[in-house]
Order: sequence, then C-alpha cells, then structure tokens
Amino acid sequence: MKKGLTVLLVLFCVCGLVFAQGTTETSTQKAAEKNSVEIFSWWTAGGEAEGLQAMIDVFNKKNPGVELINATVAGSAGSNAKAVLATRMQGGNPPDSFQVHAGHELIDTWVVSNHMESLTQLFKDNGWMDKFPKGVLDIVSYKGEIYSVPVNIHRSNVLWYNPQIFRKYNIQIPTTMDELFKVCETLKQNGVIAFALGDTSAWTATQLLENVILADAGPQKYLALWNGTCKWDDKDIVKALNDYAKLMNYVNPDHSAYTDMNALTAVAEGKMAMNLMGDWALGLYQQMNKKEGTDWEWTIFPGTKDSFILISDSFGLPKNVKNRENAIKWLDVCGSVEGQDAFNPIKGSIPSRLDADKSKYSDYQKKAMDDFAVKTIVPSVAHGSAISEAWVTKVNDIVNVFTSDKDVNAAIKDFQATADKYAPNN
Amino acid sequence: MYCPKKEIQKGLAVVIPFAILLFIFVYGFIGWSFKVSLSAWDGVIPNMKKVGFSNYVELFHSRRFNMDLWNTLFFTVLFMMICVVGGFILAYLLYSGLKAEGLFRTIYMYPLSISFIVSGVIWKWILTPSEGINKLFQMMGFNATFGWYTSTGHIGHYNVALISLVIAASWQYLGYTMAMFLAGLRGIPTQIVESAMIDGAGEFRIIRNVLLPQLKPITFSALIVLGHISLKIFDLVYAMTGAGPKFVTDFPGLYMFETTFRGNHYAEGAAISIIMLLLVALVVVPYLVSTFRKED
Repeated sequence: MKKGLTVLLVLFCVCGLVFAQGTTETSTQKAAEKNSVEIFSWWTAGGEAEGLQAMIDVFNKKNPGVELINATVAGSAGSNAKAVLATRMQGGNPPDSFQVHAGHELIDTWVVSNHMESLTQLFKDNGWMDKFPKGVLDIVSYKGEIYSVPVNIHRSNVLWYNPQIFRKYNIQIPTTMDELFKVCETLKQNGVIAFALGDTSAWTATQLLENVILADAGPQKYLALWNGTCKWDDKDIVKALNDYAKLMNYVNPDHSAYTDMNALTAVAEGKMAMNLMGDWALGLYQQMNKKEGTDWEWTIFPGTKDSFILISDSFGLPKNVKNRENAIKWLDVCGSVEGQDAFNPIKGSIPSRLDADKSKYSDYQKKAMDDFAVKTIVPSVAHGSAISEAWVTKVNDIVNVFTSDKDVNAAIKDFQATADKYAPNN
Repeated sequence: MYCPKKEIQKGLAVVIPFAILLFIFVYGFIGWSFKVSLSAWDGVIPNMKKVGFSNYVELFHSRRFNMDLWNTLFFTVLFMMICVVGGFILAYLLYSGLKAEGLFRTIYMYPLSISFIVSGVIWKWILTPSEGINKLFQMMGFNATFGWYTSTGHIGHYNVALISLVIAASWQYLGYTMAMFLAGLRGIPTQIVESAMIDGAGEFRIIRNVLLPQLKPITFSALIVLGHISLKIFDLVYAMTGAGPKFVTDFPGLYMFETTFRGNHYAEGAAISIIMLLLVALVVVPYLVSTFRKED
C-alpha cells in the first residue's frame, strides 16, 4: 500500500511538472478581451520609461475608452525583447505594435518576411509626408512603402571633450580628421590620453568606425557602402580604415575594460580628452552632475559637420493584429506633435517631426533639431538603422579584431566577405 | 539479484515518465539542434534548407572559433592543474593537523557558495588594468602595467589574458578539490601510513607512494567535474571579460550565445553547441564507461 502511494505521488508530481506553465499569456489574453491595445518595447530604464508613460498619457487622453497595455521586456538594449518578439511574431501572436530601430533592423527582419503592414496610406491620411525630413522617410521605407513611425531621434556623430584639457594645451576644436590627428599628437606629447574608447560592448567601436568612414568618404559613399554598391577597397574607404587604425594609436590601451559609460566619465573627469558617443551622453552627464563648459563640451565629430547620423526608435504595425484600429490610433499618437513633444524632452532625444514645439527642449536639443532639419541624414550602422542585425554582428566581430591589430588589409577582406553575404543589393 | 516481478513493474512505472520526458526534452532537442546545424538558418525566419556540414567547415575556418578552441584547451589545462595541485596541497596541510582546521576549511570553501556572475564582476574590478590591483603594486613601487584581461599578448597559441580567468576560476574551485582530497585523505587507513613511517619513509615518499595512489579515483572524478565546468564555461567569461580584444578571452559558449541570440545566426550557433556537446562527451563518456566496468 505504501509503495503504491509513493508511485502515485511521484507520477502526480511528474504530471504537475509537465503542466506547470507560467502565465505568460496574460497580456495577450487581456488584449483580446476588452477594447485595448498592446504595445511592446524595452523602454524600462529611467528617462525612457517616463517618456513612454508621458506618450501613453497623451494616448489615454485622446482615446478614453481604450485600455493601453504597456508590455515591456527589460534588459540589454532590447536583445531580450527582440527574442520574445521573434517568438510571438512567428507564433502568430504579434503585439499590436512594437518598438524597433528605424531602418534595416525592422526591414530585414520583419518586412522582407512579410510580417508588417505598409503605413504609407496612414502617413498620407495624417498629412505626415512633409512633416518628416525626406532622409528619415527613406530610412523607414522599403521598395517605396513606409513601414514604421519614427518617434525619437538621437545623433551618433557627436564628439565630447574636456574643455579644461583643451584650454590647458591651447587646443583648437578639430573640424577635420587631419586636425583631429594634430590634436591627438599634441596631447600624446604632453602625456595625455587623447581619445577615450570603451568597447566592452562591441557597438561602441563600430560606432566610432562609422563616423570615421563618414568623415573620409562622405554621406553618399557611406550609403553606397552599406547597401553593397561601394566596395571596401574603394580608396576613400581604405583611407578611412587607415585613419581608424591611426586613431587607435591615441586610444587608451585598456579600452576593452571600459564600458561606454566609463569612457564618457573619464573625459568628464579629465583623465582623457575626447570621446565619440551618441547624444544620449547628455542624460548621463546630467545624472552625474557634470557641468557643460567646465567638465565637458560637445562638438560634431570632425569631418561630419554636414551630416546627421541618425539613430531612431519607431513603432510599426504587424499584420493580423488583434486590435488593428487601436494600434493605428497608437501610431497616430507616435507620429503626432503632442506625442513626440511628450516623449522626447523627457528622454533627451529630439522629435522626428520638423514642426515640434522647440520651447520644450534644451539648448543642445534645439541645435540638434536645427541640424536635423537641414543636414544630410544617414542611418547609423552600430544601432540597427543602416544594415541588418545579422550583418552588424559580423561587423562587430571584425571591428573587435581590427581595433587591436590594426591590419587594414585583413579588415578589407573580412568586411568585403560579410558585405558579399549580407548586403541587400546581392 | 532477486527482483520480484511486481517490484520491477513499480520501478518501471516510476522511471518511464521521467525517461519519456528526458527523451523528448534532452535527446529530442539535441537531435533538433543537430538538424538546425545542418541547415541554412540565418536570421529570424527559419530556413531549413539542407547545406550538409558547411556550417561546421566554416566554423573551423573562422579565426574566432579556432581561438575559442585553443582558449578552451589552455584554460582547461591551467584550471585543472591549479585546482588539483593547489587543492591537494591545502588538503594535505589540513590533514597534517593544522590548528584551526575548521576556520581554514570554511575560508577556502566560501568562494564555492557564490555564483560565477558575482565572482566574475568582483575579479573584473580587481584586475582592471588602470584601477585595480595594478594600482596597489604601483603604490608599492613596482611598475605594474600588465593589461590582465585586456592584454592581447600571446605565447604561441596561449593568450596571456587567460590568466585572469584562470585566477578567478581557480580561486573559486580550490575549495572544492581541497574538500574532496581532504575527505579522500581521511579515508586512507592510518595503518598503511604508519607502517610506511616505521619503514623509514620520508614525508615526500609517503605522499608519492602511499597517499597519491589511494587518491587516484578522487583525482579522476575531480578532473571530470572541473573539465565539465571549463568546457562549458560561460557565466564567468560573460560577467568578467566578454570576448575580449581580438577574442583573447572568447569561449565557444560565449560565441554560441552571441551569434545565436544577438546575430540570429541560428544554424551557426547550433553547430557550435553540437561541437561543445561532443567535447564534453569526450570527457564524460570514458568516465562513465570506466565506472560501469568497475561495477560489473
């Protein structure tokens, strides 16, 4: 009898284990029940979460009868969220709308595989076609159709420097790559680490490389390189690779132990002179209470003054969503002046619309918005706009090796091999 | 052995559900991974077109994976050596009647209680070239500029940066081998040791000819466990160094994670994981075979 009971208990436990699933389906179940809409993002950290909530508040005011479910997945610049998203999209259970970097991260993953609805008609109905710079519309388009609504814009080609070091050695702000190298040489001879690089995460080095390429090759060739029409042994690209290798001579030797934040901090603390980082660095400096003018200053990366390297988060509309009309209402808010002016001042980015209310933004943001309206806009490679994620991860690997061994010829071969495999024009 | 039929039936009834689950969730999924590794799945959308073993061929041609394999070899060898030799020395000292044995045992075993993520982060801070232990040496007057895990130096295929990981991992597992050897030493009948001492054998001869042979099975199983850890190492590397400049601290586990879940190169990741499975099987299967043989 006792043995029989034991066997039964064990069998029961086994069955219990098999059927003990967590309730991961609650948000989608809820979405299906009432008049609701489920949006999916990885905006869980401080400024972004608050900014998102502000935009949600705008939505709730405009659509009082609709319940907005804010589904977020924390962690690691969205890599966890992207994995969850992939599972849902392929499982036929897409969120009503999801956050995605504008450009190839969306297009090469979900548009070419026929998972997204075209938003061109939405843009036309809302009169948005002339409210966004053409460069931005090009980035979010594929074969003539628009696929996402860009919400915020960050700029990648910003150089942060320590003004006290510059004043001490009487250094002029460099505006070309040659001037940058002269500045680096002056600093090196005075025993100062000229350039801070923090590439514990691979993307920071890739971001630096994209800036050097833009500086030496110009925006047209930059675009051609990343759509496969320009080859990596083009003389301007080769010059850029050589310049990057040269720049590595002025970079802190233990760069792989520094995170992107560490490198920015080193500049503000006067340990190193310059760092290239996107303009979310402002938020970091504010949090650390570092003052503009004393601890840090900004300028545009040498040689890229006429360009704006764009990093943008956007929302799209998957096919066959449960609450299509409400999803479109959400997209209306994303692309509206009200929505963007609620989100961007809090997050520290600038709106993608040209007619935002400038009074809500800081000085840097106002200048950035002015540049955004007139400069040539190019997509960032490191942040998922210019090329697919599959290609970016391979580029990151090559940049990792190139940063250390500075072998330009090997880099040309490796970069070209990945371009041959992943570039869209093939 | 006398086993009544009813006992066998009850035994089977308990084992079969687990066996089925094991079959599906372990062996079935291994089979699926193998199938994916033979496909062209590169990107979020599955693409099961068969490409034979080309993923494996590409891996063995790739600089990163080759470095991973060399790193695994050197890390495994160094980690095992330090843990086994160091563990034995510590165990012998405690066995020889060191006072406050309980205290030392506790001190050496504490590191085992924290996870590799925690120790990885701590050692990352300690060995940061500009702010960590180098600063201590500099204060003492030494010109300490060693790059630790940022160093891209190498002696042949051995990457100097690996020493940082070896230090962190050995620090954590010395207690494990020490505990095993201590138990083993205590299990050796004292008459053997005493008779050797009466015969006039010195301390080192006793260690070499009496103690060590008795500890062979323990050494063997310690090596298996340590090898098993080092072949699959991921969390320590991820928390402490990442792949490192020029991939000097890269390992197959880390490469597999990054390529599959960041780059969406699923077929490549599956191939790496099958290779890792084979490497671990190389270590574990002979061990299992020898233990089963002994039991017969």
